[in-house]
Amino acid sequence: MARVLVYAETRDGELRPVASETVTAGGDLAEQLGGSVDVFLLGPPGMAQRAADLGRYGADRIFVAEDQSFSSYAAEAAVRFCEDLVGREAYDAVVFPASAQGKDLAPRTAARLDRGLATEVVSVGVDDGRPVATRPMFAGKAIATVAFSELPALISVRPNVFRPKERPADGSVEIVEIASEPTAQRVTGIETGDREALDVSEANIVISGGRGMKDPENWSVLEDLVEALGDDATLGASRAVVDAGWRPHSEQVGQTGKVVSPSLYFAVGISGAIQHLAGMRTAKTIVAINRDAEAPIFSVADYGLVGDLFEVVPALAAEIRRVRAGG
Amino acid sequence: MKSIVCIKRVPDSEARIRVGGDGVGIDPAGVKYVMNPYDEFALEEAIRLKEEAGDGLVTVLSVGPEESKEILRTALAMGADAALLLASPGSADGLVIARALAEEIGDREYDLILFGKQAIDDDNMQVPAMVAELLGLPCASVVVELEIEGRHAVAHREVEGGHEIVEFDLPAVVGAQKGLNEPRYPSLKGIMAAKKKPLDVKEISFTEPKVRIVALQEPPPRAGGEIVGEGPKAVPELVRRLRDRALI
Ligand SMILES: Cc1cc2nc3c(=O)[nH]c(=O)nc-3n(C[C@H](O)[C@H](O)[C@H](O)COP(=O)(O)OP(=O)(O)OC[C@H]3O[C@@H](n4cnc5c(N)ncnc54)[C@H](O)[C@@H]3O)c2cc1C
Ligand SMILES: Nc1ncnc2c1ncn2[C@@H]1O[C@H](COP(=O)(O)O)[C@@H](O)[C@H]1O
Repeated sequence: MARVLVYAETRDGELRPVASETVTAGGDLAEQLGGSVDVFLLGPPGMAQRAADLGRYGADRIFVAEDQSFSSYAAEAAVRFCEDLVGREAYDAVVFPASAQGKDLAPRTAARLDRGLATEVVSVGVDDGRPVATRPMFAGKAIATVAFSELPALISVRPNVFRPKERPADGSVEIVEIASEPTAQRVTGIETGDREALDVSEANIVISGGRGMKDPENWSVLEDLVEALGDDATLGASRAVVDAGWRPHSEQVGQTGKVVSPSLYFAVGISGAIQHLAGMRTAKTIVAINRDAEAPIFSVADYGLVGDLFEVVPALAAEIRRVRAGG
Repeated sequence: MKSIVCIKRVPDSEARIRVGGDGVGIDPAGVKYVMNPYDEFALEEAIRLKEEAGDGLVTVLSVGPEESKEILRTALAMGADAALLLASPGSADGLVIARALAEEIGDREYDLILFGKQAIDDDNMQVPAMVAELLGLPCASVVVELEIEGRHAVAHREVEGGHEIVEFDLPAVVGAQKGLNEPRYPSLKGIMAAKKKPLDVKEISFTEPKVRIVALQEPPPRAGGEIVGEGPKAVPELVRRLRDRALI
């Protein structure tokens, strides 16, 4: 029977939101291969209890390594853990999230195991009994289908693409000791901004502002819209406003920023340059607000609204509050 | 400070990408090629570190076709001291490139190996961490801030919702993200000086790729383009449509 191994991401002893997505992606592949999903994760003592939750998304066996130092990302230990598991069992695939951690861990593991890796995968399938994956290249200007010459196939999946699917499975938890070795590098801290904002790559709703916002002070208009939309909304930005120093680079959407796939994307005062589109064209629904009816952003927007953003955005926030209050 | 910087020749970010006749690669006709934008940050950092230290060596490496000499020459004009093109026929995946680079770097003397965080053609984000693993070095990818004191380095890497601070000793691998610095343009003097700097070509052979593109397609066009209306009076209609699709 085929087996798929999944890396579930944690931080500070909590499963990260991408963990259930990654297990879902692994489950999609296991289902097509006719097999089951094993999960591995690292965390501080007590992590094992929290990990059991992944059974809901299709985790059959869950291997947990506990150590105080695993509160933050422990690259070297994670690679060794994966190597041990792959040595024990003939896995067809190992699935990682294409998150900050996964983008580091997956290639390290691929080099260690001498196996091929496909990153930023948006769908998984099976051809001739073996895993295949599709992934955007050239900033989404082309979509490649890739095959693997040796198993396990290593795959990292783009956040926000595989929506968590309930697929109840055993979810039995086993604590595994991994040999501790001196580490060559250490995470000594995490710096978050003033606000514990949801990352633009993880939010379900993204409201991005561009040069049309005119002045960094005017961001209060967008912040109010974020607030009206609720907890799963966050701010994004075009490169023009990041380069101007109005917004932090962490908010930049596009080819040299982040690639986002939210359910709903608002482009406010953004013209729709090709490099911006590269970062948001896979959003499920795109709304564009721009006073120039000819702006290229309208050619990719599901819904376009032509007008002055300083009139439209406050009206939009008010209308959303009104209909939400009305039920 | 001795640095090795790995740079790749890629289509310009404005380029229109068309699938080629073989169905697995792109049609290069009319495509302008440039140095991968993230590699410019890596190179700039290496040049700055050398300037700050007052001495050192910046070597640029590229794996690719003969035409990659162009970006290597640009790198020399920006301030690199020596360039080497590793040329091979055949196709490569991330691990094949990483092996080729690691093998070349293996015998050299260096404090830092710098990469871009990602090549904007394959969008792999693999090669830096793979090279680190193959050479047994510490690795910080997606770095926006780098401080080096003696043999010790502190890097800030971009993670969801903030920066992760990573500490390690040299030699090490660093993947550069936008924000690390502001890359310089080659000066006229730099362009002249580059002509006298060594630019060598070495023929290599690739290992077998383990990931193969079996089909390359243009993405389905977005069926967008509907204008809901003009000005604030169109807002209720927009909200109604978003509600109908259960988006808000
Ligand atoms: C190598 C490279 C990489 C790049 N990477 C990225 C990237 O990752 N992300 C990115 O975004 N860009 C990127 N760019 C830059 C990109 O080409 C554009 O320059 C940038 O996206 C433009 O930002 P903008 O839409 O905010 O500004 P503009 O193009 O100036 O557009 C402003 C828009 O606001 C509208 N507007 C003005 N006032 C109002 C108002 N009152 N109400 C409503 N609308 C108004 C205007 O009609 C206009 O359409 C990259 C460029 C290069 C060369
Ligand atoms: N063919 C290549 N030659 C030299 N460096 C490369 C090559 N491919 C990738 N790199 C380096 O690895 C980084 C990440 O590339 P990738 O893993 O392909 O996204 C790039 O920014 C380069 O610094």
